[in-house]
Amino acid sequence: MEKLRYALYTGCTARESTPELLKSTMAVAEKLGIELVLLDEASCCGASHLQDYDDFLSLVLNARNICYAEKLGLTMVTICNTCQLNTAMTKHRLDTNPELKAKVNAKLSEVGLEYKGTSEVTHFLYAIIQDYGLENLSKKVNVPLSQFNIAPFYGCHNIRPSELQNLSNGGENPYNPTSLDDLIIACGGNNVDYDAKNKCCGFHAELQAPHTAAVLTGNALSGAMDANADWMVTPCPLCHLKLDVQHHNASKAIGREVKLPVLHMPQMVGLALGCTPAELGLQHHVTKVNFV
Amino acid sequence: MDEIKSQQVTFKLFRFNQETDYLPYYNTYVLDVTHEEVILDVLNRIKWDHDGTLSYRRSCRHGICGICSIKINGKAILACKARIFDLIDVFGTDMTIDPLSTKRAIKDLIIDKEDFWDKHAQITPFLVSDVEENPSLENLVSPHDAEKLLEADYCIQCGACHYSCPALEINDRFIGPAAFAAAFRFAADVRDDASVERLHVVNEEAQGVWDCVKCMECAEACPKDVNPIEKITKLHNMIFEAGIAKNNVATRHAVGFAHSIEKHGLLDEGELVRYSEGNIGVLKHMPEAFEMWKNGKIVMPWNMPKSKNMDEVKKLMQSSSTVKF
Repeated sequence: MEKLRYALYTGCTARESTPELLKSTMAVAEKLGIELVLLDEASCCGASHLQDYDDFLSLVLNARNICYAEKLGLTMVTICNTCQLNTAMTKHRLDTNPELKAKVNAKLSEVGLEYKGTSEVTHFLYAIIQDYGLENLSKKVNVPLSQFNIAPFYGCHNIRPSELQNLSNGGENPYNPTSLDDLIIACGGNNVDYDAKNKCCGFHAELQAPHTAAVLTGNALSGAMDANADWMVTPCPLCHLKLDVQHHNASKAIGREVKLPVLHMPQMVGLALGCTPAELGLQHHVTKVNFV
Repeated sequence: MDEIKSQQVTFKLFRFNQETDYLPYYNTYVLDVTHEEVILDVLNRIKWDHDGTLSYRRSCRHGICGICSIKINGKAILACKARIFDLIDVFGTDMTIDPLSTKRAIKDLIIDKEDFWDKHAQITPFLVSDVEENPSLENLVSPHDAEKLLEADYCIQCGACHYSCPALEINDRFIGPAAFAAAFRFAADVRDDASVERLHVVNEEAQGVWDCVKCMECAEACPKDVNPIEKITKLHNMIFEAGIAKNNVATRHAVGFAHSIEKHGLLDEGELVRYSEGNIGVLKHMPEAFEMWKNGKIVMPWNMPKSKNMDEVKKLMQSSSTVKF
């Protein structure tokens, strides 16, 4: 197989509150022989909040990020669902609206950049599944996760709106997504089915609507627990922050003690590939990973 | 002529009579369905051939009256538009048919939509305009101005988005995606004189757009591609543009991103929370902040990572900003 190369847009969280995500992503890429070129020039995607304040500014900044992937001639991979949504949304809007693209490029030209629309944007989860291939991944698994019941938590911004995800991301059906389930199986684990797996974790309303956010987190954790999950796995660091760090608020909100270890998607793959807990940054979790 | 394909599907059908039943239950029907049939055909067959007491709403059968919306395996659909073979592609041949909201069921698939209409009433769902009673000319809207509605006027008030919204499920004060889309539809209309009043309603805490969790369920649920979340974002923008954004945790949370990006390119997560909550409000986050710090999840201000080529980011922030707070 030809060596896979991508431009990695880390987003902010992987460089701050979830350092274990960046660490495990790089560790897994190395094990699989995937080259990830860090886009250190990239700025924050605005996380759907800058978009509420200043939509045009967020378009310009996201277009600038994509420019750097275009310069390398590589597909951009993201490791955060919300980065994926905002970047892919920017790409879609610019690629389908020449007038808007020209307006954004007029600004980018001030710093010597031009958005062309030549780089695709996809989440690392789908790069592994579609480009590397689950069969190839299975062959590399040397520590199958067969003793674990693992609950997938998909995260909204990788699966909705499907129109956008069909264009530039996994393109799975948001009412019945399968990618994470397939990945769990490829890693030798037992995938657990539960209602909240494709629902919202509440992250984006945490400050302004804490009760709503906490109930949603509680629903996700309790759903996974009721389905006898040993732990959860998610491709989104924002979901991870809710599920891993906010279980005490979630427990209060739903009146039930809920708590489960939650792994980032690359951490799960890394375990199956035989990476050590330290290589995957498992010591950084607030809800302790007590099974390795 | 194409050959008619058929397939056996198991339907679990929600049954409940508010007047006689303590709890809802499900009836199961195994039916052969053809590739030409929609869900409404199945409901009709069950009612006509199996159980005449089944109740559901239907009218136009052309996807325009919005009355036959129900849920199949949790997905909101119009019964008259949703082809069963398309649903088989997504869910396989086991389908659970539920009302849009099981909590609001009156009889079988018929729900009480009063809450839906109450939310609409809240946002003044009509044009407020001082129009001459006997005009000499038509009150024309140019195609350019009509496009500003972003097709929000395509809404058929079926309730698919409203009853798919998780924020509304938890917080019943929340106005919700359908009424927000309607608020935008009139606020964006060049003939309307009540835009600012309407923006004030959707700007209120707990009920307004700030409580949206950004899950995109509404965009996915809408059978007419109204894309309510796009209109919710527009309402946020209009609140800032109209200069009526209050200085509160929600608005500062949006504006804080711009401050961080200007300084670091990346988001300063800790500072965003402090700026949004204020110096006193931030204290309630200390328990989790301490846990995060213990586990190496908090970057100290002096170690805050920065994007490379910050001069570009700063320059673009200056030249491309379109709003002030």
